[in-house]
Order: sequence, then structure tokens, then C-alpha cells
Amino acid sequence: MGFLSSKNKSILAGPLSKNNPVIIQMLGICSALAVTSKLEPSIVMAASVTIVVAFANVIISLLRNTIPNRIRIIVQLVVVAALVTIVSEVLKAFAYDVNKQLSVFVGLIITNCILMGRLEAFALGNGPWASFLDGIGNGLGYGIILIIIGFFRELFGSGTLLGYQVIPKICYDLGYVNNGLMILPPMALIVVSIIIWVHRSRNKELQEK
Amino acid sequence: MEELLSTLVRSIFVDNMIFAYYLGMCSYLAVSKNVNTALGLGIAVTFILTCTLPINYLLENYVLKEGALGWLGTQFESVNLSFLSLLIFIAIIASFTQLVEMVVERFAPALYSSLGIFLPLIAVNCAILGGSLFMQQKAFANVGVATVYGFGSGIGWLLAIVGMAAVREKLAYSNIPKPLRGLGITFIITGLMGIGFMCFSGLKI
Repeated sequence: MGFLSSKNKSILAGPLSKNNPVIIQMLGICSALAVTSKLEPSIVMAASVTIVVAFANVIISLLRNTIPNRIRIIVQLVVVAALVTIVSEVLKAFAYDVNKQLSVFVGLIITNCILMGRLEAFALGNGPWASFLDGIGNGLGYGIILIIIGFFRELFGSGTLLGYQVIPKICYDLGYVNNGLMILPPMALIVVSIIIWVHRSRNKELQEK
Repeated sequence: MEELLSTLVRSIFVDNMIFAYYLGMCSYLAVSKNVNTALGLGIAVTFILTCTLPINYLLENYVLKEGALGWLGTQFESVNLSFLSLLIFIAIIASFTQLVEMVVERFAPALYSSLGIFLPLIAVNCAILGGSLFMQQKAFANVGVATVYGFGSGIGWLLAIVGMAAVREKLAYSNIPKPLRGLGITFIITGLMGIGFMCFSGLKI
């Protein structure tokens, strides 16, 4: 068994599209919507979640035969909370401004459904290496959606990307106006539903009856 | 009194957990297919928020915050345990959920079986931990305000999920473009409801 056999490859690549955590499994939606009004916090959030999911998956997978079934949720929460505390302290030390923008949502990675969902569904039944790949795959699948939403909301809402002006000034002189609605919370939901619409019309087998 | 009332109204309408912060979206999307189940889950969430917020408030102010251990003696005044707050909050919430689950199972078996798997999953509902984290961020004046904030946030969440369940029950009879069925249209309706709730944002009490 190689490190990247075809089964492991599908574990890694599946969550990117056909089994995406946000738009197919409906996991981790809270934070996907709340932090995406700008591109930069979206990228930081995506990276933090990927790291936490991957390592929580590995730790739970290593412990999976020793955890009593009745208290497994609390054990999982403690492992995740410890990892999130580390990520949150690192962000406070090296990226203070972004940490301020993310506010409570760094702490809320603990209750991000992706974590519990993947730990319950995958890490409790698979070995550490496969769990690590599953964590990375799901983190990236979550990250892709976050970055797409963040890209469009920042581009149309403020005319900037990562803080740099992208839409040239001449457009504003000709009467172009930033769409302030894109910055507001409800538009995130509508952007997600457009992504779902496009994704499901390209993959007919995913449509609901 | 005035502060309690304004906190209550603000937490229900202006800072609504779902429409302003998207907290508790996962169970909101999964359970909002039927009005009765949605109501049951909403009541359970409100109850747990109302109970855990004052406990976490007291812990935050008498144990975790910088200088909060001052009541033990002057040598503890410089202790800052705030890095532990995430762990402590989630432990309180998880154990409280377990407690509520056992109480409901013992005294109201009918409600227990209708809520099923969602009762234990309240522990990982972002709205509950979010309530505690917002309480930490907003630094409320006293434990009464914190309790009212918890209660109001719960009621706001309940309103949103029951409203959504009522809309979705009717949606079953409408002709929606195929790729939007299910998840897609639910997002759009939540967005529209959110835009509706935004009209409260200028509210001053």
C-alpha cells in the first residue's frame, strides 16, 4: 500500500467537489458565511480549519480504540478545544488584525460541524494516515468555498482584493458604484445558494427530488 | 430594568443568532423541515442557553478573567487564565447538555424520543458556544443581564427556526428549478428573511 494509493487519493479529492463539506454535506456553514465579507479572513479561516481538522482527525484516530463509546463526544470536544486554543493563541501572536476581524469565530471552530462530522464519520473507523488525508481534503473543500465566497463578496462589495484596489478608478468616474449589499450578512447566503445552483446544475446526480 | 429590557429586545431582533451571525446554522438547516420538531429543538436550545450563560458568566468573572481570582487573596490578583476559557466553556456546555438529556429522558420520555439525536448534538450547536463567547466579548454589567441575553438569543433562534420550518412545509408544493431544490432554496429564503430582519437594526431602545 503506497502512501497515495487510489483509495487515499479519492479520500483526499472527494471532498473538493462531489462530497464537499459545505455545499453537499451541509457542514460548517456558520463560519463559512460569517467570515467571508473579505478575502483575507476567509483564507486565514480556511487554513486554521484545515490544520485543526487534520490534526484532530489524527489524534482521535490514534485514540479510537481506547475511547469509551458513551463519553466520546466530550473526549472529541476536549481534543478539538485544545487544538483550537493553540491556533487562536498563534493567530493572536502573529496575525492580530485578522484575529480581531474573525473575533469569536476562531473559538467557534470548536463547534464547527465539519470537525464533529468528520471525527464521528471517519476518524473513529480509520487509521491515522487515511484520517489525516480526509482531514486535509475536507479542510481544503471547505477552504475552496470560503475563498470563492470571499472573492466575490470583496470584489463586488468593496472593489478590492486582499485590500488592494482592483476595480480601476475610471469605472467609478463613469458612475460604477460598489454594491454595499454584498458586505451585509444576508448576501453571503445568496452567494452560497448561487454556488450550489451552479454546482448542482453541472452535477445532475446531486440534485434533490 | 431598562437595561434588561433593551438587552432582551436587542438579542431577539437586532443581534439575532441566525440572521446576524449565522450561528447554529447546521441544526437550523437539518431540523427545519417540520414545525413541531423545530419548536421542540428551539425550546431545548433556549433552555440550555438560559442556563449556561449565567454559569459561564460567573466563571468568566470570578475565575478566568485577568485579576478575577482576586477574591482568593492578593497574591492571586495577577493570575490570568483567559486562555482556558474555550475549554471551560465547552466543558460546561457539554456536561449541561448531558444533564438535560438525562432529566428529559427520565421525566418526559415522549419529548425525548421526538427530539432523538438532536438533543445530544446541542452541545456542538454553535449558537450555544457563540452565546458564551459574545457574553465574554460584550462584558455585561451583571449576571442578570447575561441571563436575559441568553434567553433572548434562544428566543431569537427559536423564532427563526420555526419561521423557516413553516415556510419549508409550504415549499413542498411549489415548482422550484431542480438544482435549487432542498439546500439552495433554503439558503435563499434565509437570506431574504435576514434582509427582513435587518430593518430592526436601526432600533434604539
